[in-house]
Amino acid sequence: MAKHQTPLLDQLESGPWPSFVSDLKQQAEKRAKNAEGIEFQIPVDVVDDLMGILELSFKQGRTHWKHGGIVGVFGYGGGVIGRYCDQPQMFPGVAHFHTMRIAQPGGKFYTTEFLRNLCEIWDMRGSGITNMHGSTGDIIFLGTTTPQLEEIFFELTHKHNQDLGGSGSNLRTPADCIGQARCEFACYDTQDLCYDLTQEYQDELHRPAFPYKFKFKFDGCPNCCVASIARSDMSFVGTWKDDIKIDQKAVQAYIGGELAPNGGAHSGKNWGKFDIQKEVIGLCPTECMVMDGKTLKINNRECTRCMHCINVMPRALRIGNERGLSVLAGAKAPILDGAQMGTLIVPFIEAEAPYTKLKETVIEPIWDWWMEEGKNRERLGELMKRQGLQKVIEVLGVDPDPRMVQEPRSNPYIFWKEEEVEGGFERDINEFRKHHQR
Amino acid sequence: MAFISSGYNPEKPMENRITDIGPRKYDEFYPPVIAANKGKWLYHEILQPGVLVHVAESGDEVYTVRCGGARLMTTAHILEICEIADKHCGGHVRWTTRNNIEFMVDNKSKVKPLLDDLAGRKFKGGSFKFPVGGTGAGVSNIVHTQGWIHCHTPATDASGPVKAVMDEVFADFQNHRMPAPVRVSLACCLNMCGAVHCSDIAILGYHRKPPMLDHEYLDKMCEIPLAIAACPTAAIKPSKVEINGQKLNSVAVNNDRCMYCGNCYTMCPSMPLADTEGDGIVIMAGGKVSNRISAPKFSKVVVAFIPNEAPRWPKTSQVIKNMIETYANDARKYERLGDWAERIGWERFFEKCELDFTHHLIDDFRDPAYYTWRQTTQFKF
Repeated sequence: MAKHQTPLLDQLESGPWPSFVSDLKQQAEKRAKNAEGIEFQIPVDVVDDLMGILELSFKQGRTHWKHGGIVGVFGYGGGVIGRYCDQPQMFPGVAHFHTMRIAQPGGKFYTTEFLRNLCEIWDMRGSGITNMHGSTGDIIFLGTTTPQLEEIFFELTHKHNQDLGGSGSNLRTPADCIGQARCEFACYDTQDLCYDLTQEYQDELHRPAFPYKFKFKFDGCPNCCVASIARSDMSFVGTWKDDIKIDQKAVQAYIGGELAPNGGAHSGKNWGKFDIQKEVIGLCPTECMVMDGKTLKINNRECTRCMHCINVMPRALRIGNERGLSVLAGAKAPILDGAQMGTLIVPFIEAEAPYTKLKETVIEPIWDWWMEEGKNRERLGELMKRQGLQKVIEVLGVDPDPRMVQEPRSNPYIFWKEEEVEGGFERDINEFRKHHQR
Repeated sequence: MAFISSGYNPEKPMENRITDIGPRKYDEFYPPVIAANKGKWLYHEILQPGVLVHVAESGDEVYTVRCGGARLMTTAHILEICEIADKHCGGHVRWTTRNNIEFMVDNKSKVKPLLDDLAGRKFKGGSFKFPVGGTGAGVSNIVHTQGWIHCHTPATDASGPVKAVMDEVFADFQNHRMPAPVRVSLACCLNMCGAVHCSDIAILGYHRKPPMLDHEYLDKMCEIPLAIAACPTAAIKPSKVEINGQKLNSVAVNNDRCMYCGNCYTMCPSMPLADTEGDGIVIMAGGKVSNRISAPKFSKVVVAFIPNEAPRWPKTSQVIKNMIETYANDARKYERLGDWAERIGWERFFEKCELDFTHHLIDDFRDPAYYTWRQTTQFKF
């Protein structure tokens, strides 16, 4: 018999999509039965009370969670988010219900052994409820009490060689796409760069020293499967400089219909016979492709590497060999001045371990500037807006590059620096008056 | 419930303390076929919705079966995933950025037994535990935030509307009939910890009432300067109020300037803003993050407000389903929802999707608003 009646939540058990309500119910039953004899360190009916409080929210249309309180593990300023409910008498099991962020492995690959170890800790010391995964990428442990935080951290670090993720004004847990592990489009090893930077900047990740949050995300190619360009303060997007490799035989196989376009991604509708002119050449944003008889030709110098032709004909076209990445900075969600997309600050840089050039000439100078000039709660993108792209170029010590702008300015209000103007700004008015009467 | 120590000594927190070790290294968890062929993949193919094959230079193949998952997931469910991965995949499994679960096998003969096994697994309530799909030109899993299950500022739930919408568009999770991928996401308040601002369709929780002020407790529970500083529009100022003859320090909110973000509530629990009638959903559309053909772009607000209709948010689901259907019937192959809307014109978009264009949809927020107004004589009747 369920502890709380949940007639509204129950209506989310039907329908084909996996029901989180059914999942919560099976967890509540599992805890009540406790077939494995787990010595639960937080209330056994925590899941029942979570469903109870969620049902109340469904009924009233309002949340019942309070932010806060400073909770965490010793020496870290992030990784734990304090959470208390506002009806602790009705739902004592979730009176204290803190979140822990557990740093996820690159590409979100797991062994079952590791997952079982995490589940074992979380069943005993927490609610057993998780997010796989949170928006930033961490494994989220949802719901435990303050005394368990250090215990969980101790077990994670000592038994499983596993650390917490970031929260607050820290480097947030970096996240990557599947990359070279299973994708032919990846122009660099996203998982290695993500891991390398995560390890290099552990101090920045655990101890808040930034004006606000800072996110790194790693996309292996311009398809941007982890959306780095839209949601990371610094986005690393794979690209290449040389020619797209063409297999002319495979091009003919697409034209002949032996190969399905776009790897079969459009198989659910009859779009008619594949038309390379209409579907590839005609959609190329730079019009840099032509069919010359039976040969597909690409004017690579004009290509902007949008990935469309490669996506459509993955067996015929392959990314170039001179690979690296572009760095874009300043993306963020709309609060406050509106959403910002990442701005291209480094068109191309090599992405080979140990990534020294990337760290020393891009990441660290940008951080130094932001930590020096950024106001409290000012994201990098907002500082860029306030001080301008020129300032970013100055900080990076690079030459201005038309690749960094969509278009040149359409107003002529240039703030000249005194040293740029011959003779400077100080002039002799008396000398001027010799030639120009008052 | 006796306290069981992990070995941690609260008297000496630094004793044997291990810190700053980061996550486990990615390659500890690679399946053998991934480890052997990393960086040497030649091409991929989607054999059926939800089933991919990647072929390496070595001739090795990896077959991936992608399953939808609720991102809110219990250990009971994770342990079942482990059981499946042990049985079919040599103890390996992964998740995608969009909360899908991927089971990988190294031989075609192993695909069917895996699919059969997954198809038979259902929750007691009847829903699929592991629906296969989420690939190609279809509707993939919705990425989302916490909502009422665990957040203090949500204007809607997350898991509930996601379940309701995914039930509604489920057929297209398992089909490739869309002109291009359709990425749906949900953020339960405008702070958008889920960053939904570049999605084909975004579901956004939105408050419409400024915070209430619990004057009697405010100065006792909050640092007033922090509450004032938290406001992104400088709508909060210090004030003095008199309650039951007592003079109290408190704050005043300029309601006209409030954008209902709840940042003050994060700093000060005496400024709650949740409201049954005030809170609800904004629908945005036409964003993308891919650089394919056109540049990445932001989603635009297409429905200003839909009330929270728990438990199944019927109006929200219906608006989304209708928009997807219209797009599917009208857009060209490879055309993302936003590219389609721009090609036909937004005036046509509202007409075709049968959505009302209200004054709320015209941007009036700061300078960039001007550049979203029509500055040409080119428009459609």
